[in-house]
Amino acid sequence: MTNQPDLHERLRQARAREGLEIGPNGQKGLPTGPWGIGLRAGVEVVSALVVGIGIGWALDRWLGTWPWLFLVFFVMGSVAGVLNVYRLFNPRRRSRVT
Amino acid sequence: MAKEGKTIDALSQFELTPFLGFFGQSIGFSQSNAFMLLALGLTTGFILMAAARGAMVPGRLQSLGEASYEFIHGMVTEQIGDEGKKYFPFVFAIFMFVLFGNLLGLLPYAFTFTSHIAVTLTLAVIVFVTVTVIALMRHGMHFFSYFFPEGAPVWLAPIIIPVEVISYFSRVVSLSVRLFANMVAGHVMLKVFATFVVLLGSLGAVGPFVAVLPLSVNIALVGFEFLVAFLQAYVFAILTSIYLHDAVHLH
Repeated sequence: MTNQPDLHERLRQARAREGLEIGPNGQKGLPTGPWGIGLRAGVEVVSALVVGIGIGWALDRWLGTWPWLFLVFFVMGSVAGVLNVYRLFNPRRRSRVT
Repeated sequence: MAKEGKTIDALSQFELTPFLGFFGQSIGFSQSNAFMLLALGLTTGFILMAAARGAMVPGRLQSLGEASYEFIHGMVTEQIGDEGKKYFPFVFAIFMFVLFGNLLGLLPYAFTFTSHIAVTLTLAVIVFVTVTVIALMRHGMHFFSYFFPEGAPVWLAPIIIPVEVISYFSRVVSLSVRLFANMVAGHVMLKVFATFVVLLGSLGAVGPFVAVLPLSVNIALVGFEFLVAFLQAYVFAILTSIYLHDAVHLH
């Protein structure tokens, strides 16, 4: 009579075909062992820190404001690192998908 | 101890030397570049030979070529969706280049060009720039909304935007460092345990028996390194597709 479940199933399939469906455990297909996740999280934190420190250091050299921007971007880099790890487990939810 | 060849020298395997003596020196062409060209040639030859016959019942080489094609094709369509098919050549080229670089490095006397941060960083920058250009072309100025999630309080913008920008740029570093660190660590371990075999083996009568231990470790390591070689090429390719997914769907 009603094809409600059918519709949901077809919707899900269509979203999966467009690559909009993301599995329950985050980004699909990546290694999920404890070592894989741990190493990935470490690399994400360190790389965000490196980028933050790099930007802060370069801006300080350019503007001659050592060490203030360095400190600010060091904190920003740490926050970005935490954000990266958070995204590792909870990828961006799409609010705007049409 | 001071004698040559009796010390653990795990890092000299990463040194660049000019290829073919004077020829390489005069144009700055190292053995690393030579192995990149070799990887390129092997990939091209492999695909051309795999595609040459086009038999209905594939032979060994053809089914290997089809397997690698379908592997990346499946990855791209699963991650990006149907639109991802046009980015398949890009992901496939990156994957094959990294895979052949990793695998060639496991052959004796070969050089692993993916163990140099300069190479992996260049690959990561290529991916990053391509992804960003694709996102800008598809979404125009709307792309910058990526750095400020909808619904966040506006007064938080001075914090959120720099953090998101840093997080976006950190992709380059994490993508390159992951591959580089894995390859360097693996090859250093192989070299260290191989040196143990030699050092212990020359310790008189009991030496060779003790040397069996690091030798067996090394055998296990070689197998592990083959796994890492595949896995890192796979991770590099799948992260490229995930970034492409973000660029196409923008969120």
